[in-house]
Amino acid sequence: MTTILGSRSLTFDTIEPGAGLSAALRKAPGDVLAEIGESGLRGRGGAGFPTSVKWSLAAEAESDQKYVVCNADEGEPGTFKDRVILSEYADLVLEGMTIAARVIGAARGLIYLRAEYAYLRGHIDEVLQRRRRQGLLGKAVGGREGFRFDVEIRMGSGSYVCGEETALIESLEGQRGEPRNRPPFPIDTGYFGRPTIVNNVETFAWVVCILAKGAGWFNSRGTEQSTGPKLFSVSGDCRRPGVYEFPLGVTIAELLREVGGEEAKAVQVGGASGQCLPRAKFDRTIAYEDVPTGGSIIVFGPQRDMLDVAHNFLEFFADESCGQCTPCREGVPKLIEGVDMLKRGQCSMAYLNELCSLGETLQLASKCGLGQSAPNAFLSIARDFRDEILGRTPEPRRTGDDP
Amino acid sequence: MLVTERERLREELVRLADEHGRDRSALIPILQEVQRRWLRISPYCMQAIADLLDLHPVEVYSVVSFYDFLEDKPQGQFVIRLCRTITCDMFGKAHVARQLENDLGIKFGETTPDGKFTLQWAHCLGMCDQGPAMLVNDQVFTRVTPESIHGILAQCRETFGVHAVSDGKGPAR
Repeated sequence: MTTILGSRSLTFDTIEPGAGLSAALRKAPGDVLAEIGESGLRGRGGAGFPTSVKWSLAAEAESDQKYVVCNADEGEPGTFKDRVILSEYADLVLEGMTIAARVIGAARGLIYLRAEYAYLRGHIDEVLQRRRRQGLLGKAVGGREGFRFDVEIRMGSGSYVCGEETALIESLEGQRGEPRNRPPFPIDTGYFGRPTIVNNVETFAWVVCILAKGAGWFNSRGTEQSTGPKLFSVSGDCRRPGVYEFPLGVTIAELLREVGGEEAKAVQVGGASGQCLPRAKFDRTIAYEDVPTGGSIIVFGPQRDMLDVAHNFLEFFADESCGQCTPCREGVPKLIEGVDMLKRGQCSMAYLNELCSLGETLQLASKCGLGQSAPNAFLSIARDFRDEILGRTPEPRRTGDDP
Repeated sequence: MLVTERERLREELVRLADEHGRDRSALIPILQEVQRRWLRISPYCMQAIADLLDLHPVEVYSVVSFYDFLEDKPQGQFVIRLCRTITCDMFGKAHVARQLENDLGIKFGETTPDGKFTLQWAHCLGMCDQGPAMLVNDQVFTRVTPESIHGILAQCRETFGVHAVSDGKGPAR
């Protein structure tokens, strides 16, 4: 049960403890924001919203109480880099949260840790205690009078949709984790109606790197619209699965070479909510403007059945749908029925087209990101693997299969 | 439930509410603690918590029914959650699932008659590079094989107490 790092060393290893925070404390909050803006950092959870924009909106919002929330509800299938960051580099995350608190003027931080990672809680608690003793959290952070900030851990209870920022806030407030309508956005109406920023674990860690190494160091990597390095969780049919650091803009072929997955017939980029790319598209780049990802890369070898993949992901969404809106609640089970028909070899081309159009309806009409992205994998498989999925002869069920 | 038992339970819940506070954001931490200690959140508990936090009991039930890790039905001392995500599937999840059912004598979603084990599916446990993965309460097991299950279950049976297996430090390096 070791933490497997594919890359021999990550940028995070080269950051001196406290370097980012002390750089941030030497500057005015506005200058810190400018530095992050110049770096071009975009949210590392997958959506890719510019971090500096989010923070500046929260900084401008007027309120007696603001909140910094770290989204550690890493539930996207195939993603595990946040687990590694929290177990190996928890200090960087807390330092990034402290910098965020300084920038937006927050006194309280919350880490929303998913229930499945409860075993990390003790470790994060220890780091929190140590930082309090070191004066890096508490009444006068870093010796600055008037800069009060502390962080508490809140546990999730096993719900994927709580990774969506408004659902996460609902859950923090003690409600069912049902996404809210946006706007209003959390930056002005967040936790208990107060301005709140919700950022991914990895985003906070990169903020520290940017302040320690400079915006120029960061934005000289990656592409123009997707700057900087990013961590990737690589799993599936490759010889060296694990956590890797690559600059954004890396092609899928390059990535596969590095992880030992050259034989792949398809790669799922972005987890269950991402898309499945066939061999012919391995020259595509992983970047917000091309193929976006929160870091999940699942490699499928030539022996894998793409309908199993589509089925697995759709079942996941059917189970995790909160049931609020009709397209997601009713649409996903229909797509599963469709995949079953394809498996039995009983799906006409006309019906497959109907299913694809249903998928597009889900993308357009669902209320939150879960429903909007639920059909992605199915649609990309239905588009790019037609020869494989159409006209099958039925197979007997495997023993021990899911119900 | 005996009246005295109920009174004792209510006292414990008052203590929990004193510790976590009585505003709405305290609800889930209280429910998590109840789940951990009594292995379920009974209708009586929901009513008592609703009284303490000044909520309608339906509000409490709606939260309990929403989250996978909160249960109104009694759970086993050890809740086993096997990851059903595609990567674990690709590396032998089906065999592990079958063997878990064989060794425990129950199906997924059920609890053993002695109240020791509950078997459930989980979504991605974030161990995709080391699958198949499963959680036993808070502890994570990776690269589980059908053969290794017997040893894991034996370890649970030998451990006295509900959460004795969790050392709070995360998986050993």
